[in-house]
Amino acid sequence: MRKIERKNLVDAIEKMIIDANMNLDLKMVIRLKLAMEKENSPVAKSILSEIIENQDIARDQSIPMCQDTGVAVFFVDIGNQIFLDFNLEDAINESVRNAYNNGYLRKSVVNHPLERKNTMDNTPAIIHIKQVISDNICVLMAAKGAGSENMSAMKMLTPSAGRQGIIDFVLKTVIDAGGRACPPIIIGLGIGGNFEKVTEIAKEAIFRDLDDQAINPIDRALEIDLLEQVNNLDIGPMGLKGNTTCIAVKVNSYPCHIASLPVAVNIQCHAARHKEIILRGELI
Amino acid sequence: MIRLNLPLTDEVRISLNAGDQLLLTGYLYTGRDAAHKLMVESIQAKQPLPMPIQGESIYYTGPTPAKPGFVIGSCGPTSSYRMDVYSIPLMEKGLKVMIGKGPRSDEFIQSLIKNQAVYLVTTGGIGALLSKRVKKMEIIAFPHLQSEAIYRLFVEDFPVIVAYDSKGNVLFSK
Ligand code: SF4
Repeated sequence: MRKIERKNLVDAIEKMIIDANMNLDLKMVIRLKLAMEKENSPVAKSILSEIIENQDIARDQSIPMCQDTGVAVFFVDIGNQIFLDFNLEDAINESVRNAYNNGYLRKSVVNHPLERKNTMDNTPAIIHIKQVISDNICVLMAAKGAGSENMSAMKMLTPSAGRQGIIDFVLKTVIDAGGRACPPIIIGLGIGGNFEKVTEIAKEAIFRDLDDQAINPIDRALEIDLLEQVNNLDIGPMGLKGNTTCIAVKVNSYPCHIASLPVAVNIQCHAARHKEIILRGELI
Repeated sequence: MIRLNLPLTDEVRISLNAGDQLLLTGYLYTGRDAAHKLMVESIQAKQPLPMPIQGESIYYTGPTPAKPGFVIGSCGPTSSYRMDVYSIPLMEKGLKVMIGKGPRSDEFIQSLIKNQAVYLVTTGGIGALLSKRVKKMEIIAFPHLQSEAIYRLFVEDFPVIVAYDSKGNVLFSK
């Protein structure tokens, strides 16, 4: 068994939240640069160049790349060999509180959807915890802004809608989102499971490494076809036309009921603030 | 890129065309959902607005807190469509320039044409870059709203694109 001290975990997660907000994934930066080279529209080119310059400034000056520093979302895989003598969710919320205060991040969480009082420390975070076979804790975190989250959608299709039904739903969601989701976007597509599972796997999809490709050939073919079809929509950066609407499509699937075909599209804006850390603790 | 001073004169504003790329210098007011709601409540209650808006410009942003030694935190635009219902009474009171991101409603466009106002967009998610173009920031109203309060910003070479011109031409796809 290995034990992780609460303070070590709280501090490491605080650091990752601040880091995610200031340092855009370099794989994303490369893809944005390649997209800029390929754009024909001058407006699209200048928007992509602003996005690239912005992340340089954020990195150099340690300031958030976007003012919507979002809701902190976590996927935590906790190994069966790990011993914790504290409540993991409470500890993560403490990290969030510390990061949003100490890192000069905007507090964007309200206490109740109708009462709408700011909680002043960006808690509570949204936390998904899963047990796995390992001797570590793997923490994935995203700062998820509302612009792209508000444009996400789910639908319970019938099995007869099939592959085309899924494609049509994705295209409709992206068209409706237009410039509001801050394209170029990453699309996380969940198919299968049930009402709540499908949205969870869609969210997990946007956490996948940009180079990662779906293993299942059916899912992979959807990733390829959807990327092409979305980029043919001429939505473009910030919805002002161009061929860079989407940087990547990630598809996650799950078995489902004989009578169901759940679909969920989670949209990630170009400010894709994701980080991963692995904590091992000490042998006990 | 066309360099312009704020507030825009009637002549300059009316001559703008959808797709023009501008660099703005001058004063802007910030405001988003909560501040807009309060301003429109003032109009309905026949109370004065917290600042004169005749000919003025409002930028939809809720910045991050400024780090020590910085004028402002990250300050990119928020989605404008949520302000549509509030923008119409504000345009009736003389507001002429709105800056945000993303498309807006048909009712908004009708009111924009009627009032010869313009809707400008700046790139979402570039709040770090835009913060470097803000040279001064002062609070004007609703301090309890914190990042959502109304601030007056002095900006220099603030990059925007004309999304809807005063004739109702629209730059967005579709
Ligand atoms: S959608 Fe993303 S990039 Fe755009 S304002 Fe929101 S968090 Fe920032």
